[in-house]
Amino acid sequence: MKRFRRHVHESQRDRLKQELFQFTKTVEHGFPHQPSALGYSASLQLMAIGTRSGAIKLYGAPGVEFMGLHDENAAVTQVFFMPHQVELVTLLDDNSLHMWTLRGHKGLSELLEIGRFMLTGPPGAPPSVTRVTAVLAHSSGELLLLGTEGGHVFIVEVPGFRELEERNISLDQVTSCVPDDYIGRRNLEHVEALQESPMNSNQVAIGYGRGLIVIWDLEQHLAIRHILPTQQLESMWWTEDGSSILSSHSDGSYCCWTLGAEGEYEEDEKSDIPYGHFPCKAIMKIVKLPTAGGPPFLLFSGGMPRASYGDRHCITVIHSKTQVAFDFTSRIIDFFVIRHGPHLTGEPSALVVLVEEELVVIDLQTEGWPVIQAPYLVPLHSSAITCSHHVSAIPLKLWERIIAAGLLQNTHYSKKPWPITGGQNLALDPPQRDLLLTGHEDGTVRFWDASGVCLNPLFKLSTASVFHADADPNDNMSQSAEGEWPPFRKVGCFDPYSDDPRLGIQKIHLCKYSGYLTVAGTAGQILMLELNDEASEQTVEAKIVDLLQGQEGFRWKGHTQLDVREEPVLFPPGFQPFTVVQCQPPAVVTALTLHSEWKLVAFGTSHGFGVYDYLQKKSVLVKCTLNPSDQLAMEGPLSRVKSIKKSLRQSFRRIRRSRVSLRKHQISSTAKIQEANARLEAELAEMELAPVQRKIEARSSDDSFTGLIRTLYFADTFLSDSSHNSPSLWAGTNGGCVFAYILFLPPLERRADDAVTAQPAKEIQLMHRAPVVGIVVLDGQGAPLPEPLEMAHDLARSPDMHGSHHLLVISEEQFKVFTLPKVSTKMKLKVTAVDGSRVRRVGVAWFGSSRTEGYGESGLVFLTNQGDVHVLSLPHVKIQVRHPCIRREDVSGIASCVFTKQGHGFYLISPSEFERFSLSTRYLVEPRCLVEAPIHSVASNQHKPMPKVTSSTHRSSQDTEDAESAARHVMEHALLNDEKVLQEIQKSLEGDQGSFPQNNVKSAVA
Amino acid sequence: SLFHHRTTFFLPLIIDFGMLDFAFEAEYRRFGLKKNGYVGFQEFYQLLQSIHHIHGVDVLLEYADIHGDLLPINNDENFQKAFASANPVLRIIVTIKGLVLTGLRTGGSGSIHSKNKSSLMIGPPQNFRQISSIIDVDILPESHRRVRLHKYGSNKPLGFYIRDGVSIRVTPQGVEKVPGVFISRLVKSGLAESTGLLAVNDEILEVNGIDVAGKSLDQVTDMMVANSHNLIVTVKPANQRNNVVPRGSKNSMGHSGSVGSGGSIGSALSHDSQSPASHSNPITASSSIAEGDSYEEDDDGDVILENDCLPTYRSHPGTNSNSSTLNRDSPHQGQHSSIPQSVSMPNSLAAALSHSSTMMSHHNGGSAHSVGSSQESMKEDGNVITL
Repeated sequence: MKRFRRHVHESQRDRLKQELFQFTKTVEHGFPHQPSALGYSASLQLMAIGTRSGAIKLYGAPGVEFMGLHDENAAVTQVFFMPHQVELVTLLDDNSLHMWTLRGHKGLSELLEIGRFMLTGPPGAPPSVTRVTAVLAHSSGELLLLGTEGGHVFIVEVPGFRELEERNISLDQVTSCVPDDYIGRRNLEHVEALQESPMNSNQVAIGYGRGLIVIWDLEQHLAIRHILPTQQLESMWWTEDGSSILSSHSDGSYCCWTLGAEGEYEEDEKSDIPYGHFPCKAIMKIVKLPTAGGPPFLLFSGGMPRASYGDRHCITVIHSKTQVAFDFTSRIIDFFVIRHGPHLTGEPSALVVLVEEELVVIDLQTEGWPVIQAPYLVPLHSSAITCSHHVSAIPLKLWERIIAAGLLQNTHYSKKPWPITGGQNLALDPPQRDLLLTGHEDGTVRFWDASGVCLNPLFKLSTASVFHADADPNDNMSQSAEGEWPPFRKVGCFDPYSDDPRLGIQKIHLCKYSGYLTVAGTAGQILMLELNDEASEQTVEAKIVDLLQGQEGFRWKGHTQLDVREEPVLFPPGFQPFTVVQCQPPAVVTALTLHSEWKLVAFGTSHGFGVYDYLQKKSVLVKCTLNPSDQLAMEGPLSRVKSIKKSLRQSFRRIRRSRVSLRKHQISSTAKIQEANARLEAELAEMELAPVQRKIEARSSDDSFTGLIRTLYFADTFLSDSSHNSPSLWAGTNGGCVFAYILFLPPLERRADDAVTAQPAKEIQLMHRAPVVGIVVLDGQGAPLPEPLEMAHDLARSPDMHGSHHLLVISEEQFKVFTLPKVSTKMKLKVTAVDGSRVRRVGVAWFGSSRTEGYGESGLVFLTNQGDVHVLSLPHVKIQVRHPCIRREDVSGIASCVFTKQGHGFYLISPSEFERFSLSTRYLVEPRCLVEAPIHSVASNQHKPMPKVTSSTHRSSQDTEDAESAARHVMEHALLNDEKVLQEIQKSLEGDQGSFPQNNVKSAVA
Repeated sequence: SLFHHRTTFFLPLIIDFGMLDFAFEAEYRRFGLKKNGYVGFQEFYQLLQSIHHIHGVDVLLEYADIHGDLLPINNDENFQKAFASANPVLRIIVTIKGLVLTGLRTGGSGSIHSKNKSSLMIGPPQNFRQISSIIDVDILPESHRRVRLHKYGSNKPLGFYIRDGVSIRVTPQGVEKVPGVFISRLVKSGLAESTGLLAVNDEILEVNGIDVAGKSLDQVTDMMVANSHNLIVTVKPANQRNNVVPRGSKNSMGHSGSVGSGGSIGSALSHDSQSPASHSNPITASSSIAEGDSYEEDDDGDVILENDCLPTYRSHPGTNSNSSTLNRDSPHQGQHSSIPQSVSMPNSLAAALSHSSTMMSHHNGGSAHSVGSSQESMKEDGNVITL
C-alpha cells in the first residue's frame, strides 16, 4: 500500500516536472563564425550568410532571422536568392547545390531544405568539367546557369534541378564565335562570372578566367557578341541600362565596354587602374549604380597598390568628386548595395559589407558616409570575451539610464534606420529587461540587451583609462594623414589585439537596484563603479591589499601591478570608477561579489580573499589561504608563456602595418603552415605510440592552487546561534575548504563612521577536497536567500528567518547540505563518484509552471564537464532533469556558460557567437517571424503554384507535399540521368575515350 | 565492521584473531608537553610510567592517528611520528602488555610472548593498518575480483594508472569487442602494487559499485579520484589463475594462501565467518549514493572547525563566550564520544574508537571545564600539546 502511494506520488512529480522543465536551444546571438558567402534578395529584403561549417543564416528586419544547416560538413561558397521568390540556392565546397525555401507553418516561416543536386558529367570526364565556379539565378525564377571550371555552362531547371541538356552552352560553341588568333594561344579557362542583361532576360554575359566575355542569347542559342580584354577577369557588371559592361581584372584595372550596334566588336572604351603607377592587386568585384540625374556610384573591392597596401582589406566608393577607400578590419567576403524606391531600383542607399569578423553597413545618403549601427550580427569578439555576467529583470529606471549613456557613445553612427527590413517579427515583447555583460581582454565591459532575439549593444565601459597602460602611443592605427592616397578610412570595430593583457576583465558583478558595478581583472585590480548621468573628472582612489599577510618564502614571478593614474581623469557619462582595490601579489581575481546594501565588496585570488568597505574606502578583512607548498600560486603564471603571447601580439600588429606584398606573405605563411603541420603530425605519431593513461591518485592538500578562491557569498543567516541572524561572508577554495566570517556592521546612522569588522566563525574542510564552486544559504522553507536589496525593493518575499537555515556547498564533485548554525551534514548528492562528471558552472533559477499560473519552484541549474545541464530540486538536492547541451570536447564553450535567474543560459559556440538555451517552459526567447512571397512574383509567374510562404496553417501540409514532390522529382531525375549515363558508358566503351568530353557536350547541344 | 572482511595485512603471516573484549580498570590523564621536550621513546615511556605510577609494569603504547587508526609506539621512529601527528591533541592509550597480547600462533605451536624471545616481534592486528581487502567473493563470478583500497590507512600513494583498451566479451551473438578501461601501470612501492591484488592489464569493471561501461577514461578517472579515500574497484584480472574460490568450495585456505604475486610482499587472506549480508554491503551503499540522499558513514569526514578554535581576526577577544565548545553532532557517536574535542571526527573513526576496548568511558561529566582550560592554554601557546 505504501509502495503504491509512493508510486502515485512519483507520477505526480513526473507530471509536474514536465510542466516546469523543458530543454530547448532557442537562438544564436552574435556574428557567425567564419562566414564564407553572402547573398541578398532585394525583393524580400533578406540577407543570407553562409559559413565554412555549412550553416546558412537569413536576416531581415531586427528579430527576423532563420537558420539552416547543411548535412554535409562543407563550406558554403555561394548563396543566391531566386529572384522574386522565397527560395534560395547554396553552392557548397563539395560542388553540391542545395535549394532552400521559407515555408509557412502555423503562421510562421521556417527555413527548409527542399532539394539538392550535384552536376554529373559524362563518364570519364575530368571533375573540372562539372566543377561549378559561377552561378546565375535567372530572373525567370525557373533557371539556374552553372558555369564550370571546364568552361561549360550548364542550364538547370528549378525547382527540381532538371538538367536542360539541349540548352547547355559548351565551350566549343563559344570558341567557334571568337577570333581564332585569340583562341589559338591558350584555352579560355573557367567561367569566372555570369551576368544577365538587365534589359533582356534572354541575354547573358559569360566571363572566362582568361578575360573573354561572351554575350549569349539563350533563345537563339548562339553568341551574339564578344569582348576581348587582355587581362585575367575577376568580375563583371552589366550596367542597369544595358548599355555597357564593366570588367575588373587581376592587375587592379577595370574597363568599361560600351555595347554598340549588333555585330560590331566592342571597343575598350575606358580603362583605368584606380590606384595605378605601381603594380596593384586585383579588383575582386565591381559595381556601378546610377543615380537620378547625378553621377553614378562606382564601388569596387581590392585594387590596392601591391607593395604598399597589399595587406589592406578595402572597398573603394567613388561618387562624383568623392572617393573613399573603406579600410576593413578583416578579409572581405562579399558586399552588396541596397537601393531606395518602391521597386528598390532607385538611389543607392546603403553599402553592406561582410568581412570575415563583422558586418559593416555604410550609409551612402548621408554626408560623410557614416556607418549604420547594426541591430544584430554584432561582433561579440571585437576584443576576445574573457567572462560574462547575466542580470535578469532590470528595473526600468536603470535600463533607461544605461541606454541614455550608451546613446551618447554612439553619436558617430548614422541616424538612418537599419536598411534591411524584410519579414515580420511576430515575437511577443519580452516579458522583462535582461542585461548580459561581457568582459573583454582589452579591459572593456560591454552591456548587451539580452531580452530578445537580437543581442543589442547598449553601452561600452572601458577600464583602461584608470591606469597607465602598456599601450604604445605610436600604435594608433586609425590616424590618417591629410591628403593620404589612397584615401583610407578605417571602419569596423574588430580589434583583437589587446595592448596590455593585465587589463583583461575576469569577473563582473552588477547590482541592478543600486546601480553599483564591480569589475575585477587579470592584475588583481578590483574597480568599484557607480552610474552617473553626467561626465565627471575625478581622481580614482587606489588601495593596495596585501593578501599574503606576512606569509614567508614567497616570490611572485608573474606580471606587475597596474599603475593607477594619480591625476584626475575625465569619465564620460555612464559607469564611472570611484575606487580601485589592488591585490598584492597582483594575481588574477578568481572570485568577486558585491553587497550593495552593506556597501561591501569581496574578492579573492589564488592567494586569499578580502572584504572592502567601499563607503568608508577601508579594508575590512584579509585572509591568506595560500598553502606554503603551493609553488605554482607562489610564483604566478609562467612568464615564458606570457612573453610568447605578447610577442605574438606584437608581430600581428607588425603584419597589419607592414608594407610587404601579400604574395610574399602568402609564400612564407604557407611554408610556415606546412612546417607546423609536419611538426604536429610527428607529435601525433608520438602520442599514438604511448597510450593515453590517467593517474589515479587521491587529492592531497599539497596539490597546486588549493588556496585559490573559487566562490564568495554574502548571506544574512544564523552563524553563531539559532536565534540571532547576522551578516556573514562565505568563501570556498579550490582545495575543498569553506571559510565563514561573521560581519559586524554598525547601525545605519553610524555606518559611515564606525568600522565594519569581521570575525572568523567556521571552517569546513570537505573530505573529498574538490574545488568549491558555489555556496548558497537556504532559508527556513528551503528557498535560496534573496539578493541584496531585493527585499527593500519589494521584489522578493522576505526569507523565512524562523525555521532553521541550511548551507548548500557545491563542490565540483558533490552537493552537500549542512545544517546551520551547527554545521553537520544533512543531505548530499554525489556527482563525480557516480558517473565521473564534474560540476563546472552552477546557478540558482526560478522555474514557473507552464500550466498552473503562480506555481513555481526554485532549482539549482548546473553544467558538467560532460556538457550536460541538470536541474536539482531545492532543498532536497535531487536531480530533476538532465540534458546533453554542449559537446564535451568544447571546453571553452563549457567554461563560458552563464545561467540566468529564469532558467535560461548562454554559452559561446565560437569566439563570436552565443547560443541561448532554456530549461524552463516559460519565457522562451526564440525567433518567431514570417516572410511573405513578394507580390511581384505572383504577378509575373502566374503559371506557378501559389507562393510558398503563407500565413495560413492549413496550407502547411500541402507545402510539405510540394517539398516532397520536389525532392522526388530530383530523385527521379537522378535515376533518369543514371540511365543515360549507362548508355554513355556503353557508347564510350565502343568509341574513342580520349575525345569523349567534347563529344558529349556537343551531342547534348545537338 | 572494519575487520569483518577478509583482510590483507602487511605481513607474510596468516593471523587469526577473535574479538577483543576486556574489562579492566581505566585511568584517564591529560597533560601538556613541550613539543621539543622529549626526543626519545624510552624517555617518554618512563615519563608515562611515572605519571601513571606504574613503574616496573610493562605497558603497550598506542596512539590514534588523524585517521582514527590505533598505531603502536614502541621505538623512537614511531614515537616521533606520533608526536608530529599531534594536532594539537595526541591521544595515547596505555595498556598493560600481558592483558592485551594473546600472542601469535605460528605453525600451530603455543603462544609465544614476544618480550622474552628474540624472534620477530609481531603485534596484534590493531597494530597494523588495513590497506586492502578482497570483498564480496560470494556474490561475484569467480573470474572477477572486488578490491577495496584503504587510502587513509597509509601514507602511500594509491599509485596506479589506467588506460583505454579493448575488451572481449562473450555474448549470445558471439564474441564481441567493446571498449574497456584497464590498469596500465603500477607505481613502484605504491599502495596498489603492495597489495598484490591489482596488476597491469586488469580490466576495471566497476568503481564503488558503479559500472564503468560507456564511460570515458576521464570520467572513470574522476570517479576513482572522487572515491579515493575508500576505493572499491571490481576488476577482471588479466591473470586468471589466482582467482579466489568462494568459501564452501574445497581447499579454500590452500588457494587463498597463494593469492598475491609470488615474490612481492605476501598478502594473506583471513577468512572470517560473516553472514553473506555483510558482503553485499558496498553494493547497497553505492546504490543509495545514486539516490542521492544517503547518509553514508564512509566519507562523512569533513572537518568542521567552529568559531572558538579559530584564531580571531578582531583584535579584542572574548566575544565568543556563548559559543559552544563541544561538537558532538554525530548521531552515531552516542555516549562513547567522550573525547573532548572541538574537531568533529569522521564517524568511522568514532566507530573504530568505540570498538576498541581500551577506550575510556564514563567520563562525560566534568569534561567541559577541562576543555575550556585546555582551549585557553592552546591559545596561549600553540606548541603545547595536551594529552
